[in-house]
This record gives sequence, C-alpha cells and structure tokens, in this order.
Amino acid sequence: MSIILDHVNYVYSAGTAYEKHALKDISLKIEDGQFIGIIGHTGSGKSTLIQHLNGLIRATSGAIYYNGEDIYDKGYPLQKLRGKVGLVFQYPEHQLFETTIFKDVCFGPKNQGLSQNEAELKAFEALRAVGLSERLWYQSPFDLSGGQKRRVAIAGVLAMKPEVLILDEPTAGLDPKGRDEILDQVVRMHRELHITVILVSHSMEDVANYVGRLIVMNRGQVMFDGVPREVFAHYQELEAVGLSAPQVTYLMHDLRRRGLSVDESATTLEEAKASILRALQVGSK
Amino acid sequence: MLRDITIGQYYPADSVIHKLDPRTKLFATLLFVISLFTFRSWAGLALATVFLAVLIRLSKVPLRYMVKGLRAIVVILLITALFNLFLTPGKVLVEWWIFSISYEGLISAGKMTVRLIFLILGTSVVTLTTTPNALTDGLEKALRPLNAIRIPVHEVAMMMSIALRFIPILVEETDKIMKAQIARGADFESGNLIKKAKNMVPLLVPLFISAFRRANDLALAMEARCYHGGKGRTKMKPLQYRRRDAVVYGLVLVYFAGMIAVRILL
Repeated sequence: MSIILDHVNYVYSAGTAYEKHALKDISLKIEDGQFIGIIGHTGSGKSTLIQHLNGLIRATSGAIYYNGEDIYDKGYPLQKLRGKVGLVFQYPEHQLFETTIFKDVCFGPKNQGLSQNEAELKAFEALRAVGLSERLWYQSPFDLSGGQKRRVAIAGVLAMKPEVLILDEPTAGLDPKGRDEILDQVVRMHRELHITVILVSHSMEDVANYVGRLIVMNRGQVMFDGVPREVFAHYQELEAVGLSAPQVTYLMHDLRRRGLSVDESATTLEEAKASILRALQVGSK
Repeated sequence: MLRDITIGQYYPADSVIHKLDPRTKLFATLLFVISLFTFRSWAGLALATVFLAVLIRLSKVPLRYMVKGLRAIVVILLITALFNLFLTPGKVLVEWWIFSISYEGLISAGKMTVRLIFLILGTSVVTLTTTPNALTDGLEKALRPLNAIRIPVHEVAMMMSIALRFIPILVEETDKIMKAQIARGADFESGNLIKKAKNMVPLLVPLFISAFRRANDLALAMEARCYHGGKGRTKMKPLQYRRRDAVVYGLVLVYFAGMIAVRILL
C-alpha cells in the first residue's frame, strides 16, 4: 500500500500570460502508515501537490500510482480513490452545509453508496475520533466555534474511512490552544486508526514535534525530504527560502556556539531539555 | 475547472490600448458598436474588419484568448443566424417543406453573425485591456453629468466595481468548495436535471454563506476607513487625458465618419 509519484509536472493556465509551472518533476513514494509533514512557502506548490494525490488535479505529465495502480488509467474509479485518500482542505469549515452536524458528516459515506444505517455508523465513529462532544451532534454546524467546526469538517472526511488522510493547514486561523488540540487529535488518529497522515503546513513548529518524515517544497520542487532532524540541520538553507527551523534548533546552535556541548539536532522541547541538562551536568563535574 | 470564464477579466500586457484613458476606450467602443449597425455594403464591413483587426493587433492580447469569450454566445449566434436565414423573404435558393432559404436571408444571416461576433470582440478588447477599476473610474467620470438629475453615479460605479472585483473571488471560491465536496465524494455531473439541482446544494449553501461573510467584512472595512459615499470624495489618481487619447479620439471619429460616408455613398 503506497502512493508513488513518478516525475509529476503541473502547469497552470498553459499558454496564457498567467502560465505557472506549479510542480516540477516531483517523484515521491509515500509508504503506508507514515506520518508526513509537507512544508513550504505560500505558492511553493504544496497545495497543488496534495490535490494530485486524490486525482482532483490531473498532472500535465508524469504518473501517479495508488497501491500499484495508475490513477490516470482509463476506467480507474477516481471517486473511490477519493474515499481512500481523504483530503481536508484549508478552512474546511467553509464547506459545511447541512442542517445538523451529524447529517453533514454523513455526506461523505452516503456518496460512497452506503446505506443510511452504515453511513450513520461511520459518522458516529468519525465524530468520536475527532473528539466532538455528543451533545453537539444534532446542532447546526454554523453555531459552533472555529475549532469545533474544523473538527466536524475533518470528521466529514474521516467518515469515509480513508487509508490516507491529508490535512491542508489544519491549524490555520486557530488560537494556540485550538492548534494544539487539533494536532494532538491528528496524532491520536494516526496512532489509533493506523492510517497514513500527511500534514501540510508552513509552520515548522507545528510539524516538527509530530511527523516522522518531512518534505520541504520550494518553487514547485522537493527541496529536502527526510526525518525532521536531518532537514533542520539545513536551517540556513531553509532560511534562505523564507522558511525557518523550530526555535529549538536556533537555541541549540546558539548554545553550541557559546561552548555548551549540546546536541544540535534536537527538534522538540523535551529532547532539547534533556540534552541541555546532560551538557550542564558534564560541565559541572 | 472554472478558470475559463473570461468576462470581466483583465489580460495584462504592455500595449498602447492598455495605456489609453478608459473614457477614450468607452467612447471608441460606443462609436464602434453603433458603426456595426450602420453598414449595409461590403465596403462598410471591410472597413469595420480592418478597424477591429488593427485594434486587436495593437492590444497585444492573443486572438485565441478573445475568441474563447465567444463560446458564451454561440447559442445566441445560432438562433439569430437561423431566424435570419429562414425568415427573410426574397429570391429563393433552396426550398424544403415549409422551410425556404433566400439569397437575401443568406446574406443577412451572414452579416448579422459577423456583427455580433465583432460586437463581442470589440467590447472584449476594452474589458481585456482595462482593469475593472479603471473601467468604473472611466464610467463614473463620463457619466458624472447624470448627477444633475439625481442619479447616484458614484454609488452605482462603486457597486459595479465591487461586483466586478468579486467575480474572480467567487469563481475561485466556487472552485474551492466544489473540489472540497468532490473530495467528499460529491458528484456534480451525472444524473437528470432535478438530481443535478439537488446535488448543487452542498455547493450553493457554503457559497452563499461565504458571499455574505465577505460582503459583511467588506462593508465593515469600508466603514472603518470612513467611507461615506461619493460626496466630496477625491481620487488619488485622477483620470487624465494624454496626447495619445486625443489621437485616438481623432482616429475613431475619422473611422465613424468613414462608415457613415460609405453608408451614404455606396
């Protein structure tokens, strides 16, 4: 089970003044069960990239394989693919439309051709998985707070039982508390539902603590692809393209420069703390 | 998906036409449109063709881009052509059952089609080379005399420019919502008319909500900047005629006079 992108190119509005080469020769392999972060500046092509993964955008050239099958083959069931590769857009709460939250979450499974009962069961599980309190389920989605609406929207995709869940900037516009809650929820879903999760973000802090693999996009190309500590080691190059490593990386490099022998590749607060304490102990002995 | 809509879309390029004052372009369009309905002879048609060809050439907008805008009126073109073709009396060329095609019908169908195509192309030269803002600025200034008979020209112009400004935003929004619902398995294509209309609900509800939200935000932002209508309002960049505008006014008038002369003489 995997998604393979083979030399994918995408050109917007070819042949007009607005022509833009949004993706340049992208080749990637996304393995089952991975937790991936895609990072990039606005306009780096990350949103375009993820829309290729469920066939919403058709590559100008190149091929995409889902579980070994070419999704551009004639007769390939794209609608089914979209159930397997669930895509949650930016500000997903803007797509809510039903009279109650529960009905809205049922929309996806119903489109998959499930019966009312089955759809409701899926919706039930999905709303549970995003941690939305049961007393809200039969209210209008428009009465909720921003963070809650977003949970409902994520549940709407989750209810289709995707094998891969892609979230485009799931924390955009949320306050720090809402942001942490959503991210923790995503981590829990990855662990408990055993699904592949792809998290798109422009904030290093968001993804550094969670993902196992980090893909950095710049100008339509993959700039770095590896585990976060490897990627953050290039923090100067990241800065050159308008991104930044997590605060921790800077702190550790500064400490190192001032003579404390800490581990610069620490990416999370916990690791940093442990490393600093260790260095201090060594120093005081 | 929806990116093909060209109405009201500005095509950036560096051309003489782009640089003209919008009022000049509006005036030229008006005369061009009138002139299209004055010609009877082939000479008149030729003159209009040359004028339009020069305009398109000067505008540096690819012809392909303009012709795309014609797709929207194909049906109107067909209906007009057919009515002219079958309902014009005259020397009969072909007759079949109750239908007959006359020589005159053939000619007038042809001319009418050309007129309509020229009409669309001519006006789209203006919309493609003028930003919506410049266009409404031009309209506002050109129609200012109507203030005297209590027509709120500024307010109408403001509404127009907001409406124009919102077309691409709402198109993009529609595209986004559509994609998001397709990602949830929605189907906007198959089924009969009633089913299709029903399938639009997941698109239309979020779109309306978003339109209202945007309108609300915009009104608030305008109020926060003390917008209070057109009274006493000045422009940061007032429209100003330059020499090239005078030249174009002259050329357009010459063209118009030519068309009238051709009509009278030939």
